[in-house]
Amino acid sequence: MIDVKGLSKSFGDHLVLDNIDQHIAPGEKVVVIGPSGSGKSTFLRCLNLLETPTAGTITFEGQVITDPKVDINAVRRQMGMVFQHFNLFPNMTIRKNITLAPVRTKLMGQAEADEEAVRLLRRVGLEEKADAYPAQLSGGQKQRIAIVRALAMKPKLMLFDEPTSALDPEMVGEVLEVMRELAQEGMTMVVVTHEMGFAREVGTRVLFMDQGHILEENEPKSFFSNPKEPRTIEFLSKVL
Amino acid sequence: MMEAIYLELTAMAPQSLAWYQSFFVKFYRAFLVADRWKLYLQGLEQTLILTVLALVLGIALGLLVGVIRTAHDQQRPGRHNFVLGLLNALCKIYTTVIRGTPMVVQFLIMGMVVFASSRNKTMVGALALGINSGAYVAEIIRGGLMGVDVGQPEAGRSLGLNYMDVMRFVVIPQAFKNILPALGNEFIILFKDTSLISVIGGKELLYFAQAIITNTYDPMMPYLGAAFLYLVICILLTWLQGRLERRLRQSDRR
Repeated sequence: MIDVKGLSKSFGDHLVLDNIDQHIAPGEKVVVIGPSGSGKSTFLRCLNLLETPTAGTITFEGQVITDPKVDINAVRRQMGMVFQHFNLFPNMTIRKNITLAPVRTKLMGQAEADEEAVRLLRRVGLEEKADAYPAQLSGGQKQRIAIVRALAMKPKLMLFDEPTSALDPEMVGEVLEVMRELAQEGMTMVVVTHEMGFAREVGTRVLFMDQGHILEENEPKSFFSNPKEPRTIEFLSKVL
Repeated sequence: MMEAIYLELTAMAPQSLAWYQSFFVKFYRAFLVADRWKLYLQGLEQTLILTVLALVLGIALGLLVGVIRTAHDQQRPGRHNFVLGLLNALCKIYTTVIRGTPMVVQFLIMGMVVFASSRNKTMVGALALGINSGAYVAEIIRGGLMGVDVGQPEAGRSLGLNYMDVMRFVVIPQAFKNILPALGNEFIILFKDTSLISVIGGKELLYFAQAIITNTYDPMMPYLGAAFLYLVICILLTWLQGRLERRLRQSDRR
């Protein structure tokens, strides 16, 4: 589904991603972990070109999206993204947050989008919040809405950038539950997280990143029970 | 009845009048003789028209310059658009010159040098005022646009919305709410600054007040009258601003 070849990204003199190769197949749930500053988020943000790679190519469904001639908006419509700080639009009601993109990109008419919004809100148990504003919601509710907003575009792939890191501990569960359901439905997911339990339970593959490299990758069971690299062992001993 | 008293008092020697009688004579002469109050209202109307014209020009210029400056400053490091750089330099010169010279000097240059032969000094004044206001509005708008959390446009773009839609639905509405107090103040200042147009002979409230002074030889009443009208309109504008702000704060309710 996504093919990354020789991806590098630097901010000024600082090399954040160093020549990364990675392939993500449809239906995979790839969990990216690693210390802060390792380049996890930058890697994720390169996948939908929120960051422009310095070098390398990214191919999505056979299309080289790093080519400057590609209509990047059309590509992004097929990839949902969920942010650490939710980034709901505070000037709109929840309903408008969800329906704005599908309607403006002509994916749906307003009536159809409204119906879809209700359906998705019901699914995360927040249908009574449709006419509320983001400021009236808790962090966990906001993040569930943010997931729903991305799903309204019917994406083929979902990117999660530390979706639970800004939440109160008691709200982490409700967000992970939505993500778990999404995974069960077969959505392809790339998740940057510090939730090792989630990585172990939901992930089909774990990537460990450090200093701009993918140091180690494996399926979760062997990754957590039998890490190979010294840096991975050190990291896991601190977080587990 | 009032007219009779006025005529009786003006027939007497000025030194023999009590202070309140003299006050009444001045008041009557400045506002009521020959329906002069209509002149103040006519001046006020001109002033309001000037304010609206300058406002429209100021917002248009300010928006243009503010958006160019912001778009330039928010370019990704390492990516520089030449045309944008050139436009940005022009915008910077504009704001520097306008904000670095006194407004009266700008009016005099526009009225006596650039449009020296123009007979419609009122419109020259509106133009000068709009150009002046644009520089300040541009900085206000730039601050507002830069103040919107970067995560907002990112979220919009990640949903596949194009640049224009993200600006229109996400960034500008949020920026507008944040800059409303500053913008409101700017417009109240603009309203009062229309009075400076009188230095180049443009017709507005102060011009009419001064015209009355040349007839009555009394500066006190016409100036106080003009000041009163300015004050009333400013209070009204401040009230309107407060109402608008409260309405836009709707989404902040918790």
